[in-house]
Amino acid sequence: MGDHKPTGISRWLFTTNHKDIGTMYLVFSFIMFLIGGAMAMVIRAELFQPGLQFVEPNFFNQMTTLHGLIMVFGAVMPATVGLANWLIPMMIGAPDMALPRMNNWSFWILPAAFILLLSSLFMEGGAPNFGWTFYAPLSTTYGPPSTDFFIFGVHLMGISSIMGAINVIVTVFNMRAPGMTLMKMPLFVWTWLITAFLLVMVMPVLAGAVTMMLTDRHFGTSFFDAAGGGDPVMFQHIFWFFGHPEVYIMILPAFGIASAIIPTFARKKLFGYSSMVYATASIAFLSFIVWAHHMFTVGMPVKGELFFMIATMLIAVPTGVKVFNWVATMWQGSITYETPMLYAIAFVILFTIGGFSGVMLALTPVDWQYHDTYFVVAHFHYVLFPGAIFGTMAAVYYWMPKWTGRMYDEKLAKVHFWLSIVFVNLTFFPMHFSGLAGMQRRVPDYNIMFSDFNMWSSIGAFGLGLTQFLFLWILVKTCMLKKGEKATDQVWEGAEGLEFNQLPSPAPYHSFSTPPKVD
Amino acid sequence: MSLFRKVALAVAALAVLVLTGCSEQAYNMREGVTEISKEVYELHMIAIWVCVVIGVLTFGAMFYSMFAHRKSKNPIPAKFSHSTTVEIIWTVIPFIILIALAVPAVSLLIKMEDSSDSDMTVMVKGWQWKWEYKYIDGDNDPSNDVSFFSNLDEQSLKTRDNSGKNFSGTPIDYENYLLEVDNPLVIPVGQKVRFLVTAEDVIHSFWVPDFSVKKDAIPGFVNEVWTKVDEPGIYRGVCAELCGKDHGFMPIVVHVLEQAEYDAWMASKVEEAKSGPDLNERTMAQLMTEGEAAYNKYCAACHMPNGQGNGPFPSLVGSPIIEGDIKKHIDVVVNGVSGTAMQPFGQQLTEAEIAAIVTYERNAWGNDKGDKAQPQDIYDFKNAGKEE
Repeated sequence: MGDHKPTGISRWLFTTNHKDIGTMYLVFSFIMFLIGGAMAMVIRAELFQPGLQFVEPNFFNQMTTLHGLIMVFGAVMPATVGLANWLIPMMIGAPDMALPRMNNWSFWILPAAFILLLSSLFMEGGAPNFGWTFYAPLSTTYGPPSTDFFIFGVHLMGISSIMGAINVIVTVFNMRAPGMTLMKMPLFVWTWLITAFLLVMVMPVLAGAVTMMLTDRHFGTSFFDAAGGGDPVMFQHIFWFFGHPEVYIMILPAFGIASAIIPTFARKKLFGYSSMVYATASIAFLSFIVWAHHMFTVGMPVKGELFFMIATMLIAVPTGVKVFNWVATMWQGSITYETPMLYAIAFVILFTIGGFSGVMLALTPVDWQYHDTYFVVAHFHYVLFPGAIFGTMAAVYYWMPKWTGRMYDEKLAKVHFWLSIVFVNLTFFPMHFSGLAGMQRRVPDYNIMFSDFNMWSSIGAFGLGLTQFLFLWILVKTCMLKKGEKATDQVWEGAEGLEFNQLPSPAPYHSFSTPPKVD
Repeated sequence: MSLFRKVALAVAALAVLVLTGCSEQAYNMREGVTEISKEVYELHMIAIWVCVVIGVLTFGAMFYSMFAHRKSKNPIPAKFSHSTTVEIIWTVIPFIILIALAVPAVSLLIKMEDSSDSDMTVMVKGWQWKWEYKYIDGDNDPSNDVSFFSNLDEQSLKTRDNSGKNFSGTPIDYENYLLEVDNPLVIPVGQKVRFLVTAEDVIHSFWVPDFSVKKDAIPGFVNEVWTKVDEPGIYRGVCAELCGKDHGFMPIVVHVLEQAEYDAWMASKVEEAKSGPDLNERTMAQLMTEGEAAYNKYCAACHMPNGQGNGPFPSLVGSPIIEGDIKKHIDVVVNGVSGTAMQPFGQQLTEAEIAAIVTYERNAWGNDKGDKAQPQDIYDFKNAGKEE
C-alpha cells in the first residue's frame, strides 16, 4: 500500500497532508522560538547590569518589539496550529483536515510573513521599535519606515491564522467519525474548536487596526491622531479587543493538552469532563468583555473601570474549576512521572501562579502600581512560558512516539525538564520583585536598586536558552537519527483516545480512510 | 524518586540563596506617603495573602496526591470521574473570595478617582523625553503661571554615556542614577494637588509610586489624577509607558515642602518668570561654550554628541539645514518639524540657549559656517507678528 506522495522538496511544498503540514508548523515554530529566544538573550545581556553595555536604547526597543511579535505570532500560535493539524483528524477519526489545499496555503504564508517582519532589521531606520502592542502615535507618526513591512507581515499572519481556524471549525463539525458526538470529543479538540472561534472573531479586528495605521501613515487619515480629530485611546481599545482573546488563543490549546496527559499518567478518567468544556467556553466568552483591564491607567470613566475589574475577576472562577478538576483527576489515581506528566504538572502549578498575579492585576486600584512594570512582565511570562510553551513541550513528548513510532530518550528528556523548570523560575520569579520595587517595563537601563533581581533573571534566561538546545538534540535524535526503542501502538499504559487505541505507531500517512466505530 | 529528591533539594537551596542574596534590595511594593497609597498597599498585601493561602491549599493537595497516589503506593486507581457537589463547592467558594476582594477595591477606586475640591492644580505634560510642569492658579492671567521643564540630571546623562568622552563614574557609584532631574516638581505638604496629565507627542505615563499615582499622558487628552502627601520629602518616579528611544531616561522627581517653604519657592519662581529673558549679546566663544553644554543636554540624545545622527535622526554635519539660511535653522529648532520626532524647542529652552545651540551646530564637528545667532535674534524670531 503506497502513500502516493512526491519525494524531496516538492513533498513539502505541495503537500496537503495534515501530518506533513503539522510537522512543518512545528518545525517553523521551533525556528521562530530560537530566533525570538536569541533576541531575549540580547535583552537579558543588556539588563545583566545597570548601565548601557551592549546595545543602544533604540536597538533595545527593536529587540523587545520583535521578541514579543515573534514569540506570539511565530512560536506559540504556529506550534498550537501544528499540534491541531497532527492531532485533530486522528482524535475525531477523520482521514485529514476538511480543507487540505487551504491548509497548505495557510502554512506557506507564514514564512513570507516573517521574512517581511525580520527583513525590517536590516532597513534604514531599523526594525519596529514601539513594542509588540504598537500603540499609536508612537507606531504611526513616529514609527520607523519599516513599520509598513510590519503592517503587511501582520496582515499575512492574520490571513494564515484565520484560514487555519476555519479549517479546524469545518473539520470538527463535518469530519467526526460516526458516534463521535460533540460531548465525546477529547478536550484538546474542544479547546481548539473554541480557540478557532476566538481566532475567526478577533484576527479581523487586528487586521482593521493595522489597516487604519497604514492609512494614517500614508493616506492622510487621522484615526489615531488627535490633531486630526482622531483618538489614540481608540487604538488601544481596538488592539486589546483583539489582544485579550489572543492570550486565550495561546493558552486554551495547552488546557486541552493537560486534560489529555494528566488522566493518562494518573490512570484515571478526567474529572468533570463536561464542566471542563463549559469552563473553557465561559473563559472564551469572558475574554471578549475584559479587554480594557490592559488600559486601567488611560483615564477611563470610573464606572468603566469598575465593570472591567469585576468582569476580569470573574475569569478566576472557570479557571479555578479547571485547575481543581486537574487536581481531582490526579487524586487517588495511580500516578507515574514520565516527562509529559512532569511538564503537565509543572504547567498546572506555574500557570496557576501566573493566574494568581492575574487576579492581583485585575484589582484596579492596585493595578495602578503594577501596570507597565516588571510585575506584569513576570505575570504574562508565567502564563506563556511555563503555560503555553510547557504545554506544547508536554504535547510533543506525549505524542511524539505516536508520530514517529519511537520513544524519545527519557533520561535526557527528564534532564531537559528539570533544567527548564529551575531556569524558568529563576528567570521570571525575580521579575515579580523588581516590578513591585518600581522597575518599569521596556527600559534598557535601570537604577542600582534593581540590579540583583535583574542579574538573577539574566542568569536564569541564559540557562533557559541553552537548555532548549538539549530539547533540539532530543528531537533530532528521535525524529531524524531514528534512535530510541520502538513505541507500542498504545504508547502509554493509560492512554485513551482513537489515536492510541485504533492506530499503529507510527500513525500511517493516511489514517482512518474508513471511519472507526466510536461507542 | 531519588533524582526527584536531589533536584528538589537543589531548587530549595537555590531559592534560599536568591532570597538571602537579595535581602538588602527592595522586593515589595512601597507603602508610600499618602492615605491612598497606604490603602493600596494594604489591598495589595491582602491580595497576596489570599493567593498564598489558596496556593498552599491547592498545591498542597496536589503534592500530597503526587506522593500518596503514585503508582508504587497506589497501584489500583479509583474510578470516580465527577461529583456535582464538589464542583458546586469549588465554583461558589472562589466566587465568595472574589466578592470579598472586590468590595474594598471598589470603594478605594471610587476614592482614587475623585479629584474634586482640590487645593491647587499642576498641568503635567509628557514630551520625548522630559516632563513639563505648569502651575495653574485659576486666575485666568497666564502671566502668573509658572512653568518649567524637567530633564534627566547631568550626572545620570554622563554616567549612561559609555562612549568614553563624557564618562564619569559608573551606575553603581551613583545612588540616584536615572532617578534624578535638573528641575524637580515642587508641591506643598497636606494639600490636595490635582494633576492634569497630557502629552505633546506620544503617550507617556506619569508614575510616582510613593503617591500611588499613575496616569497616562496622551496627546490630545487631558487626564485627571490627584494626591495629598502627608510627609515632606523627595519622591522619585518614572515614565511608565514606552515612549520611544529614551523612555527609560525621563524620571519624575517630586519635592514635597512645608507650606512656608513652598510659598517662598513659588515666589522666587514667579519673580524669575517676571524678570523676562536674558537677551545680552554674547561673543562667538561664549556662544560655542554655552552651545556645547546645551547641545549635549538637549540634542545629543538623538543627534549624538558628534552630530552624526543615528538611525531615523539625521546627521547635522554638512546637512542642508546647516548649509542653508540661518533663519530656517532657527525655525526648525524653535518650531520643530511636524510629523517627525523633531520637537519644537521654542517653549522649553531660553532664547540664550537656542542661540547658543544654533551657533554651535553651525560651527562644530567640521561645520564652519562662521555665522552666529544672538539671543535677541531668537526673541525677535519668536515674537515676529505677535504685535499685529
